[in-house]
Amino acid sequence: MKEEIKEKQKEEEILRILEENARLSDAEIARMMGIEENEVKGIIAELKRKGIIRGYKAVINREKAGIEIVQALIDVKVSPERNTGYDAIAERISRFPEVRSVRLVSGEYDLSVLVSGKTMHEVAYFVAEKIAPLEQVRNTVTHFLLKTYKENGEIYGEEEKGKRLAVTL
Amino acid sequence: MSRMSDRIAEKVRRIKGSGIREFFDIAQRMEGAISLGVGEPDFVTPWSIREACIFSLEKGYTSYTSNWGLLELREALSDKIYKETGVYYEPEGELLLTTGVSEASDLALRAIINPGEEVILHEPSYVSYKPCTAFAGGTPVCVPTSIEDEFKVQAEQIEEKITERTKAIILSYPNNPTGATLGRKELEEIADVVNEHDLLVISDEVYGRLTYEGTHTCFASLNGMKERTILLNGFSKAYAMTGWRLGYAAGNKELLEAMMKIHQYVMMCAPITAQMAAIEALKCDGEVERMVSEYNRRRRVMVDELNNLGLECFEPKGAFYAFPSIHLTGLTSAEFAKRLLFEEKVVVIPGSVFGACGEGFVRCAYAVSQYELKEALKRIERFLERLK
Repeated sequence: MKEEIKEKQKEEEILRILEENARLSDAEIARMMGIEENEVKGIIAELKRKGIIRGYKAVINREKAGIEIVQALIDVKVSPERNTGYDAIAERISRFPEVRSVRLVSGEYDLSVLVSGKTMHEVAYFVAEKIAPLEQVRNTVTHFLLKTYKENGEIYGEEEKGKRLAVTL
Repeated sequence: MSRMSDRIAEKVRRIKGSGIREFFDIAQRMEGAISLGVGEPDFVTPWSIREACIFSLEKGYTSYTSNWGLLELREALSDKIYKETGVYYEPEGELLLTTGVSEASDLALRAIINPGEEVILHEPSYVSYKPCTAFAGGTPVCVPTSIEDEFKVQAEQIEEKITERTKAIILSYPNNPTGATLGRKELEEIADVVNEHDLLVISDEVYGRLTYEGTHTCFASLNGMKERTILLNGFSKAYAMTGWRLGYAAGNKELLEAMMKIHQYVMMCAPITAQMAAIEALKCDGEVERMVSEYNRRRRVMVDELNNLGLECFEPKGAFYAFPSIHLTGLTSAEFAKRLLFEEKVVVIPGSVFGACGEGFVRCAYAVSQYELKEALKRIERFLERLK
């Protein structure tokens, strides 16, 4: 039992470390945790196999990179189905590559969908032609994103630097 | 007119200025240097704490507070200390908010020392205990600790130094600069000595929250020690609030009353903005935990790598310092630090700064980003290669 808890703690620590910086090597993670590199390798492989780690992606400030994309958050109201509830319709919406994320939310609407496209026109059309007409979808509201201030825990403005002196005792 | 230097009080004149101030000045100005010489967190104060302070300013909290500090803060602090250590201090009379732990330790010394009385302190240790004892008219009596004992002061070492003039012992664990900690058993042995010889203890536990192996034991929590201990702690290290200057002392009512007497005339009160922020800080356990786990990761990287490089380093279990031996280089710690700065632009602090027995060691703070830590260790490796 105790071993199990320890294993769980190690898994969680690895996830915390990777969430902050996914580019660290197994050796570096092992050193931070004071365990063997092979153990880290094993745990990460297991986390991938179980589908807990889904991928490693950079957080990109597109505005700074000069990449023009248009994104919109779509509030979607749906009629849940017998047996599958919201899952079937949510999965259906998820399959479009234009859709970047789909979440079931509480409140006035049911699904919060992030859609990405090259132009406003493209995004609006996608919603009008692919999402709105779905049988279970009762209503949609589109919010175009104007500016991103923070993404995935990363603040986009100037990095905050401490102002410490080089020597203090 | 007589020379101005002759007019300076003797007890101040007797305290020698640090011989490496010049080195520090150069380090302070060196462009592109990575500093492992810093005695404070690299984190900026958590936002919710800063935000609470900003809000308090907007609401007009800009006045003095009670000399003891805001009652609301003392009450929250009393709860917090009780939860963490099991020791209860009455918010009224047993808890005093001060301008940093520095002020608290000065007050403690001045409140208890008569001219010529002795204060036992272990070295290497934080640089201010010795001069502050002297400023207070006392005589510091140093106990050297060694790497063989993992820089833990031994009860019998303390006992050997006790005379009829001994008034108090200063304990500071987790320790700056060594990162050493004392376990419950070791503390109990010291408590026995304290009891037997009827002494007081000033226990500076400002790094207590930064304990990585086992848990920190508050000296006042030991049997009979609450009455004999002036517990010092503050917000600087655990909450990354060094510049706010907020610490506190907790202990016996009469002792605290005596400290308060000095405090009310020289400081009046700790700054209200810092106190308002501290009320919020006490609710920020999650942030503290996050910082502590990050220090722990860096600690392992630093200690592991220093040992790999041949700089023998015992495992520091608290604070955010490693204290490796540089014996193999044949350099003094001041030479080592100076050359490392000029040749590789890495700042470390010579161990001799913290007492004669710190010679042969350097203090390396791991309160730096993983990136800087890696880069600094790379530079140290290059430096050592060249020395071979």
